[in-house]
Amino acid sequence: MVKTFKSIFFYTGAFALCVPPLFVFIWMILTGLKTGIQNISYPPEFLFTPTLENFRAVFQQYNFFRYLLNSLIIATLATAISLVLGLPAAYSIAKYRQNKIGIIILIARMTPFVSYLLPWYIIFRYLKLIDTYSALTITHLIITMPMVIWLMVSFFESMPSELEDAAMIDGCSRWQSFLLIVLPLVRNGIATAAIMSFIFSWNQFLFSLILSGPKTKTVPVAVYNFISYGKIDWAGIGAAATLIVLPVSIFAFFVRKSIVQGLTMGALKD
Amino acid sequence: MKTIFSAISRFVDRRQSLVFPAPAVIVLFLIVIIPIVFNLYLTFTKWTIGLGQPRFIGFDNFIELFGDERVWNGVKVMVYFSGLSLTLELALGLLIALYFNRAFKGSEIVQAIYIIPFAATPVAVALIWRIMLNPEIGVMNYLLQSVGLPPSLWVSSAAMVIPTLVMVDVWKWTPMITLIVLAGLKSLPHDPYEAARIDGASVLQIFWYITLPLIRPVLIAALMLRSLDNLKEFDIIYTITQGGPGIASETLYLYSYTVGFSFFKAGYGSALMVVVFLIVLVFNVIMNRLRHESQVV
Repeated sequence: MVKTFKSIFFYTGAFALCVPPLFVFIWMILTGLKTGIQNISYPPEFLFTPTLENFRAVFQQYNFFRYLLNSLIIATLATAISLVLGLPAAYSIAKYRQNKIGIIILIARMTPFVSYLLPWYIIFRYLKLIDTYSALTITHLIITMPMVIWLMVSFFESMPSELEDAAMIDGCSRWQSFLLIVLPLVRNGIATAAIMSFIFSWNQFLFSLILSGPKTKTVPVAVYNFISYGKIDWAGIGAAATLIVLPVSIFAFFVRKSIVQGLTMGALKD
Repeated sequence: MKTIFSAISRFVDRRQSLVFPAPAVIVLFLIVIIPIVFNLYLTFTKWTIGLGQPRFIGFDNFIELFGDERVWNGVKVMVYFSGLSLTLELALGLLIALYFNRAFKGSEIVQAIYIIPFAATPVAVALIWRIMLNPEIGVMNYLLQSVGLPPSLWVSSAAMVIPTLVMVDVWKWTPMITLIVLAGLKSLPHDPYEAARIDGASVLQIFWYITLPLIRPVLIAALMLRSLDNLKEFDIIYTITQGGPGIASETLYLYSYTVGFSFFKAGYGSALMVVVFLIVLVFNVIMNRLRHESQVV
C-alpha cells in the first residue's frame, strides 16, 4: 500500500517536471514545421501536415549556414584558447594553492557584461576590429576562461598525486609529466570543461549583438533579427531556434553529471 | 637550439608555479581588468561615442543619476524581478533536489529532460516563449481557456509583465539550483539521520531540524551563483519585452545598456554600470557573510 502510494508520488512528480521543458521544446519544433498561416491561426493547431519548407527557407533566404559556421568557429576558438591557457593555470592553482588568482576570476564573473562591452566597443572601433572573429573570440574568453579554470581546479584537486611523483622520479620534466601523465588522468574533466565552454560561447548574445556584423553574426543574434525584419517570421524563428538549441541540448545531455562542478566554481567547498 | 630548449625546460622545472598560471593571468588581466579600468575612467567623463573627445566632469554623472527617474524605476524593477525569481528558484530548486535525492526507477531520464532548459540558448527559447505568450493567438492563453481560466495579457500588460518574465526565468534556471543543491544533499553525513530515525522523528521534523540547517551553506552558495547572472539578466528580458511595455520591465542593467548603446552616452552609461556592479557586490558580500555564519552552527 505504502509502496503504491510512493510510486504514484514519484510518477506524478516525474510528469510535473518533464512537462514544462518538453512542452516548450515540442512547441518550438512544431512552430518550425508549420506554415506561416498555420502558426497564426487560433485556436492553435496541434495536428497538421508538417513541412520542411521553413528549414529550407532559413538556409536559403537567411543564409543561416553562414551564422552556424560563425558560431562554430568562435565557440571552437574560444574553447581551444581557454583550454590551452586555462589547463596549466588550473593545475598550478590546485597544486600550489594559488587562491589569489581566484580573485581576478571572481571579478570577471561579478562585473556586468555591459561594463566590458562599452570599452571593448570603443577599443575595437578604434582598431577597426568590429565584425571580426578576433573581437568576438576575445570577448567570449571573458566567459569561457574563468569557467574552464574553475571547473578544472576541482578536477585537478581530486586527482591522486602518486603517479605524477613516480613520473618525476623516473626523470620526466614538469612539462612532460603534465602533458603525458596529468592531462590523460583528468580527460573526463577536460571534456566537460570543453563542452561547457562551447555551450556558453554558443549561447552568448550580448557581446555578439554589438560587436558582430554581417560577416561574423552568430546564431543568437541571427535568430533575434528574425523579429526585426518588419513582420515577425514565426515559422522561421521556430526552425532557426530548433537548429540552434538542438546541438547544445545534446552536448549538455552527455555532460549533465559533471556540469555541477563547472557551475559551483568551487563554491561548495571553502 | 637544443641547449635553449633544455634551458627553458629547466626554468619551467624550477618555477612551475610561476610559468604555468602566467599566460592565463596575463590574458585575463588584458581582457578583464583593462576594460574595467577604462570603464571607471569613463564614469568621470561626458562623451557621446563618435563625437569629439571625452571631457572630464568629475562626479557629475553620479549626481545626475540620483535625479533620473528611469534609474529609480530600474532599481525597483530589478528588486521586483530578482527578488521574486531568486526566491522561487531557490524554493523550487530545493524541493526538486529533495525529490531527485530519492532514487527511483527512471529518475535518470527525468533528470536529463528536466535540465534541458538550462543548456538551451536563452535568446532562442525566449523567442519561443514570446510566441507562446502572444495574448491573441498564443498557445498559453489557449491552455488557460481550455481549463476554464480567463486569458491573460502576459507581457503586454504592465502589471503582468514581471511575473511572466519571472516564470520564464524560473523555467530556464531552476535546474541549475537543483543540480547544485542535489550535489550538496548527496554529500551530507548519514549519522544524524539514523539517530533521528531511531528517536522516531517525522519526515518534516527531519527536514526542518536536520536537512535544512545542514544544507543552508549550499543553498546560500547556490543563491550567490544564481544571483551573479540573475541580477544582470539581459537575454530573456531584452528578447521578450525590450524593457516594455513602456519601461515596466526595464531593469537598471537594461537601462545602462540603452544609455550606452542607443543613446551612445558612454560616461553616464558607465556610471550606471558601476552602480549595477556595486549592487551585485553588496548582495554577494552579505550572502557570503551569512554563508560563513551558517557554517559555524
